[in-house]
Amino acid sequence: MFGLAPLSTVVWLPIFAGIVVLLTGSDRNAAMARWVALIGAIAGFVVALPLWTEFDRTVPGMQFEEFRPWIETFNINYHFGIDGISLLLILLNCFTTVLVVIAGWTVIRERVSQYMAAFLILSGMMNGVFSSLDAALFYVFFEATLIPMFIIIGVWGGPNRVYAALKFFLYTFLGSLLTLVALIYLYNASGGSFSLLDYYAMPIPLAAQILVFLAFFAAFAVKVPMWPVHTWLPDAHVEAPTGGSVVLAAIMLKLGAYGFIRLSLPIVPDASQYLAPLVIALSLIAVVYIGLVALVQADMKKLIAYSSISHMGFVTLGIFIFNPHGLQGAVVQMVSHGFVSGALFLCVGVLYDRMHSRMIADYGGVVNRMPVFATFFMLFAMANAGLPGTSGFVGEFLVIMGTMSVNFWYTLAAATTLIFGAAYTLWMYKRVVFGEVTNDKVSALSDVNGREILILGLLALTVLAIGIYPKPLTDVLGVSITGLLEHVAVSKL
Amino acid sequence: MEFSMMDLAPALAEIFLLAAVCIILVADLFISDQHRHLTYWATQITLVMTALIAAGGAGSEPVYAFSGLFVGDAFSSILKVGVCLSVAAGLVYSRAYLGPRGMYRGEYFVLALFATLGMLVMVSANHFLTLYLGLELLSLSLYAMVALARDSARSTEAAMKYFVLGALASGMLLYGMSMIYGATASLEIGDVIAAVQSGQSNTTILKFGLVFVVAGIGFKLGAVPFHMWVPDVYHGAPTAVTLLIGTAPKLAAFAFVARLLVEALGAEELVVEWRQMLVLLSVASLILGNVVAIAQTNLKRMLAYSTISHMGFLLLGVLSGTAQGYGAAMFYVSAYVIMALGAFGMILLMSRDGYEAEELEDLKGLNQRHPWYAFIMLVMMFSMAGVPPTVGFWAKLSVLQAVVSIGYVWLAVLAVLMSLIGAFYYLRVVKLMYFDEAPQREPIEAGMDSRMLLSVNGIAVLALGVVPGALLATCERAITLSLRIAS
Repeated sequence: MFGLAPLSTVVWLPIFAGIVVLLTGSDRNAAMARWVALIGAIAGFVVALPLWTEFDRTVPGMQFEEFRPWIETFNINYHFGIDGISLLLILLNCFTTVLVVIAGWTVIRERVSQYMAAFLILSGMMNGVFSSLDAALFYVFFEATLIPMFIIIGVWGGPNRVYAALKFFLYTFLGSLLTLVALIYLYNASGGSFSLLDYYAMPIPLAAQILVFLAFFAAFAVKVPMWPVHTWLPDAHVEAPTGGSVVLAAIMLKLGAYGFIRLSLPIVPDASQYLAPLVIALSLIAVVYIGLVALVQADMKKLIAYSSISHMGFVTLGIFIFNPHGLQGAVVQMVSHGFVSGALFLCVGVLYDRMHSRMIADYGGVVNRMPVFATFFMLFAMANAGLPGTSGFVGEFLVIMGTMSVNFWYTLAAATTLIFGAAYTLWMYKRVVFGEVTNDKVSALSDVNGREILILGLLALTVLAIGIYPKPLTDVLGVSITGLLEHVAVSKL
Repeated sequence: MEFSMMDLAPALAEIFLLAAVCIILVADLFISDQHRHLTYWATQITLVMTALIAAGGAGSEPVYAFSGLFVGDAFSSILKVGVCLSVAAGLVYSRAYLGPRGMYRGEYFVLALFATLGMLVMVSANHFLTLYLGLELLSLSLYAMVALARDSARSTEAAMKYFVLGALASGMLLYGMSMIYGATASLEIGDVIAAVQSGQSNTTILKFGLVFVVAGIGFKLGAVPFHMWVPDVYHGAPTAVTLLIGTAPKLAAFAFVARLLVEALGAEELVVEWRQMLVLLSVASLILGNVVAIAQTNLKRMLAYSTISHMGFLLLGVLSGTAQGYGAAMFYVSAYVIMALGAFGMILLMSRDGYEAEELEDLKGLNQRHPWYAFIMLVMMFSMAGVPPTVGFWAKLSVLQAVVSIGYVWLAVLAVLMSLIGAFYYLRVVKLMYFDEAPQREPIEAGMDSRMLLSVNGIAVLALGVVPGALLATCERAITLSLRIAS
């Protein structure tokens, strides 16, 4: 586009747009900040579209590669390139950014330019994570995303925001610091290279592989988050503003899973296989136990947060069973969860903006006052429960299918999510939406406005489209996933 | 001892500076208080000119002068430029601060220039005595500057502590040097290297001397367990002086380490010895600096403990004993000086007549009062915490790389765990600025010069975080080109 390299444009355009938004200054220019942010977000999505159309679905390996020396002392290069997995996540990210900007349109009244800029910059950085083929570059983007999210939670969050923001930052920072040490170790072991592609080809002894795996695991498991290092997520979600929750659930959690796919599996395949039972066990605990925890939540945002952890358990399960169905299911689940959980947080946001409460007990009979909203909410609740015909079903089904070919008992445990997921989501839905109007506040509710219909409608279409016809997704993934699995199958000892 | 005009070339910057200080010293006597800015500007011009002269020597082969007392090389040129510029920047930040506190006087500038001269001499020393001479010139000027706020009991106490502990450290250093002299029969660094390598010197005495030299270095850097003076002096000294102590002298101290440990005592068998000592100093500094900083409510004191932990990181680079590690340490110290300038500059900028903005609470709600300053401080804090995309991240990366390359992975893990603890108190500053409500809403007034400089400083930290390559390469080149590294 305009003679620029496509991936650089996708990464830097939102960041520059964010800086421009910052320059609009104080809240006197709030309207301008909003419009500039919207234009920036839409432009960010538009420049990502050529990636989808021009992506060659038959070629394994990286596409749209860009290579420029960056820091020669350490042989660090500005090296971008994507495969099908990155492509989907980049599109998801750019799409979500547009929604988040619209969602914050009237809700955010203070420091509007900083709010919008934080999301745009964050979006560019996450595109950077998904595009990097150089470990140092990857790490820079991976870490840098913490700064805007820390600010978003801390400035525009709820009453306990300081605690949540600090917990979020320190938890994730710990993991990534250990990863940094592992990357430096790999740099020395490879004779001075930070290129991920060099790491893929490099033999590493098992003991070292296990340590490197554990260091990566510290970063990515916290990010996913996996049981038992998930405790930051409910806090962060509950306190974050709606937009923050959406981005956190839709994209940021995927950074962890993406890290497993891009770093752990191909760089230390033997350790990954060796420790797979551990990861699978933790994933199953997340699916079952966290599913049960979600059931008893009184706070809607907390419930969705726990449901996110449970669903992400499916993703890690799918990744670590090492077969095409599992991995494909994991990636589809990542994308679908991005849309569904984002949509659910937006739904809670819609209610919260009107009632200023997230407690399930404060609601009841919402359908009598907000029928349109109730319909959308229903769809997303069903998608979260994994109803066939919605995107939630495709990923879970593929993962369960993949697991079946590995171990029956894994499958049995994983499949309980179909019950628990339905139970906690639909029970929440019932208590909030159905029944008689319980109090005056609910009876004063007004239905969704045009702006909200636009966001929820776009999401609803996507969720249904993926659910009914997921083939475009699996087509993009196909070659990348078989390539990855072939690579993982070869021992690097 | 023969003298030739050629000897003057490497010392041109120092000679110019000395002449200029003498002129300023005398001329200032005839300047009335209203025209004191003439002294200020003369000082600034002197510093910039000295930096320019020093820059002329960058990239050259080492030139030894005055019978080996003095050396001019790329390493010293780069550090001299850094020293002069950071002192100049420090004076820009301090200008408005000094006036209302009765320190905007000729003595202040003359002492600052003498301290600078001391640092330049240290950086270029090729002889233990030259090294010591420079160190004492620096230290004595700084002692006096700390005590310059005569009416403040806290400053006087800080100056006294600084002086007593500094004198003790100098004593240790001298004792160590005399041991090395006993073992090698020379004080000239080149001769010491040769004597150690010949294997003729008494290794027991050499190692004995080494211990005292390391202790002296520990004092000067402020590494645990020789750190006691750092918090009190940083806290007690007038902020403008704290800024001066916390920035340029770190560069000189690094040169000091480079000349003594890397060059003079850099033989393989001695590196093994001092590596163990530096590991201890570094681990203790990392732990104590980061943990104790959490408990601080005073920003200057917090930054003092943060300095201690940063010195721990700096030592990580040095203890690797590789050229690459020394380069990393040099990069680290340069990055640190830029960050410290910004952080202390911010404190100076926010203080007004009779009001010191040195408590953490004073930063509350800065984002509402002045978003741009808050952003710069945010960049400084994230840089000190080592979060990309700031220069602090690359500094940490390069020293960690140095320790991992010699197989000390555990040390790297410990260092990153400590920097996690460190992140907490840096984040607390960000929290105060961004998440809390401002108790007062009055705008921050500051001169155009310090506002501009602060902006440049903040952008530099970010810019060096995005393109650190040139500075990294410069540091590594300066080390390999100039220092006589054994292995």
